[in-house]
Amino acid sequence: MRIPYRPLAIGLMTLAFSAFVLARAQAGDRHFFAPVTDPVVKEECGSCHLAFAPSMLPARSWQRMMGELDKHFGDNASLDATTAEKIASYLVANAGDAGGQRYSNKLLKGVAPGAAPQRITELPKWVSEHRKVPDWEWRHKEVRTKANCVACHTAAEQGYYEE
Amino acid sequence: MKNILVVTSGIVAMILSTATFAGPREDLLAQYAAAAKTASFSAARGQALHTQNFSGGKPDTPSCTTCHGKDTRGAGRALTGKTIEPVAVSVAPTRHTDPAKVEKWFKRNCTEVLGRECTAQEKGDWLTFVIGQ
Ligand code: HEC
Ligand code: HEC
Ligand code: HEC
Repeated sequence: MRIPYRPLAIGLMTLAFSAFVLARAQAGDRHFFAPVTDPVVKEECGSCHLAFAPSMLPARSWQRMMGELDKHFGDNASLDATTAEKIASYLVANAGDAGGQRYSNKLLKGVAPGAAPQRITELPKWVSEHRKVPDWEWRHKEVRTKANCVACHTAAEQGYYEE
Repeated sequence: MKNILVVTSGIVAMILSTATFAGPREDLLAQYAAAAKTASFSAARGQALHTQNFSGGKPDTPSCTTCHGKDTRGAGRALTGKTIEPVAVSVAPTRHTDPAKVEKWFKRNCTEVLGRECTAQEKGDWLTFVIGQ
């Protein structure tokens, strides 16, 4: 019998890689922000920009944002009421201050209690993490805006934010 | 006589099968045609709508091409930097098959670009244009 080394090796590598990713996720790596898994949220909040990880903002922020989608950063992102409600409850349930999301709290450090910041890119911690990014880089044509996380964090869709 | 019958039923079967195979895009076109009270849409007018610069909408989005690009078979890009898949049906066969999605984006994007909603005629023309692309 011939032993199928290649498939075996590939299988093992895949296994090792998943274990690695899983381990990092479970260790609560500070670079990891669980990505949106709900298909409706992905579709409705991920077509104009990356579907931002719900853990990057507190529940209050999402509640306010979902209440004024017709004035969404200069865009009209309105949805029918049922869909909006569904999305709001997903975002709130997975918000940065919902139970057990220790590491995203780091990103929320410095946010005044009761405040409902609307931009991740204006969180004090986000600003300090990016203070070394030079001006020309923000203006680069592949970046365009601070909210284009994917331009620099190529694995942002998977939830990983490192250089 | 028998031959004619066979031929006729063959034609009927063909018509029936194209009717069943008419997808959501064709249904949408039929709806727009009914709403616009027109029998014809024009890909050329659709293309003109796609590439024209309007002044009624937002200054940073004067045209459909701002986000979807001049080449409908190539990827576009939203102002937020996010890539938008091509809108031409030849390269993106699943495009424009969810009527609710099509309507939602016509409403959003026409308001952005033209400063008003598109008419059924305009929607039909544009859809005809990208179906042929
Ligand atoms: C029609 C397009 C559109 C849709 C749909 C949309 N957004 Fe946005 N969103 C924008 C634009 C434009 C900005 C501003 C981006 C910038 O400053 O570059 C933005 C910014 C944001 C920001 C702030 C980013 C920052 O600077 O930190 C958040 C958070 C956000 N959107 C969440 C959502 C959520 C949640 C949904 C789904 C309910 C959604 N968006 C749907 C267009 C959209
Ligand atoms: C122009 C490129 C650029 C863009 C755009 C960008 N980042 Fe970053 N980000 C960086 C760099 C560079 C660092 C590392 C800073 C350092 O280590 O000094 C960083 C660090 C981070 C960190 C900290 C990771 C760690 O090491 O702990 C987080 C979280 C993060 N970014 C999230 C985001 C999010 C969310 C967005 C989009 C809303 C975004 N970034 C957009 C370049 C960028
Ligand atoms: C501000 C950027 C922007 C502009 C300008 C824009 N679009 Fe879009 N369009 C989008 C985004 C984002 C989507 C949704 C993402 C996707 O479907 O890949 C979309 C989707 C669509 C869809 C739905 C496609 C489908 O598969 O159902 C239609 C139809 C559409 N646009 C038509 C137009 C027309 C017509 C114009 C010009 C009047 C226009 N768009 C201008 C950003 C834009």
